[in-house]
Amino acid sequence: MREIAYEDIVKAVKNMVIHTATNLPEDALKKLKEAHEKEKSPVAKKVLEQLLENAEIARTEKRPLCQDTGLAVYFVKVGQDVHVTGGTLTDAINKGTEEGYIEGYLRASTCDCFTRANLKDVIGYNLPAVIHYDIVEGDKIEIEYAAKGGGSENVSRARVLAPAQGPQGVIDFVKEVISEAGPNPCPPIIVGVGIGGTFEKAAVASKYALFREAGKPHPDPEVAEFEKELLYELNKLGIGAMGMGGTETVLAVHVEKNPCHIASLPVSVNVQCHSSRHNHVTI
Amino acid sequence: MSQVHYLTTPLTDEDIMNLKAGDIVYLSGTIFTARDAAHKRLVDLIENKEELPFPLQGAVIYFVGPTPPKPGEPIGSAGPTTSYRMDSYSPTLIKYGLKGMIGKGKRNQAVKDACKEYKAVYFGATGGAGALLGKLIKEAEVIAYEELGPEAIRMLKVENFPVTVINDAYGNDLYEEGRKKYEVKD
Repeated sequence: MREIAYEDIVKAVKNMVIHTATNLPEDALKKLKEAHEKEKSPVAKKVLEQLLENAEIARTEKRPLCQDTGLAVYFVKVGQDVHVTGGTLTDAINKGTEEGYIEGYLRASTCDCFTRANLKDVIGYNLPAVIHYDIVEGDKIEIEYAAKGGGSENVSRARVLAPAQGPQGVIDFVKEVISEAGPNPCPPIIVGVGIGGTFEKAAVASKYALFREAGKPHPDPEVAEFEKELLYELNKLGIGAMGMGGTETVLAVHVEKNPCHIASLPVSVNVQCHSSRHNHVTI
Repeated sequence: MSQVHYLTTPLTDEDIMNLKAGDIVYLSGTIFTARDAAHKRLVDLIENKEELPFPLQGAVIYFVGPTPPKPGEPIGSAGPTTSYRMDSYSPTLIKYGLKGMIGKGKRNQAVKDACKEYKAVYFGATGGAGALLGKLIKEAEVIAYEELGPEAIRMLKVENFPVTVINDAYGNDLYEEGRKKYEVKD
């Protein structure tokens, strides 16, 4: 059984949180540059130019890319031959999140869902983090992280379709969600789609889909084809960067599918704005 | 064709009537920040006929909740937040003198109608460009509701702050027009 100290996890998470706030990952940057080249609308092209300039300023001057530094979302793969000493893994991830948000001068965005009171003085800075665990083989802990902003999260939707609606029903639903969202989620966006499983499994899958390298096709060619079709359909909507009209609305569509009940077809759409801040660390 | 304007706050009726959806405006002068909770308080003050923490006549409100400033800087990153959450409050503020709002995302019909009736505009700034836009804010001071944290009301001094007219005082909407132009119908 390998032992990992609580403090080492706190430090790794803290560093990741601070770095991610100011450095747009290479995959997102590449997709933004491609969109900038392809865009037909001059207004949208100008917006994309500003976004590229923004990423450069953030990186060189260590300013947060966006004032919404998000809620911290983690997908954690825990090797079953690991033992964390000196505290729990969950506490370590939360502590690292808190320290990262304070030391990085990031915004505390967590509030009580009824009173709306900011919780930074009650339970800590930007806590609790949203953590999804998976137990895997091995003696390592892999922590995948995303700073998830509210604007894009707010337009996400889930619906359970009738099986007869099939793949076309999924396409129609995703189009409906993105069309309705329009300018609100800060396009150009990355669209995560979770299909199958149960209601909540589809939602988690749609979120996990956003953690994939932007534009990297699904390993199953049939799913990859479906992703391509969705991307084509969504870019026909004409929403464009910041909703001002244009040809490049969606940078990538990522689909994750799971087997589901014979009576159900759950679908979830989770939207990621252009500031796709994600990262991972293996301990 | 979209035009470029350089305007200084407070804005006048004449300034507003010169603006059309799609125009680019570089704003200079003083603007005020307010988000959901601050809007609710401002509208309550108006309804109770109490004094507001800043003069509304000709004012521009920026919907933003900035990151904390680093030592030596006036403000952190400061891009626009999604505006529809302010829809239920904006018409009252427009009626009492507000001339401009800066945010991102769609507004409802009541806000568009108020812009038309009382001569005001809704500007869009680039969402997520917080590092870039924060740099254009030269001074920032919390003037009310400090306890609201990122949602407190701040007085900002800006220079050539880039915004685009989304809803003008003639009922035009850039989101609808821009999309129609690039939409591909089957």
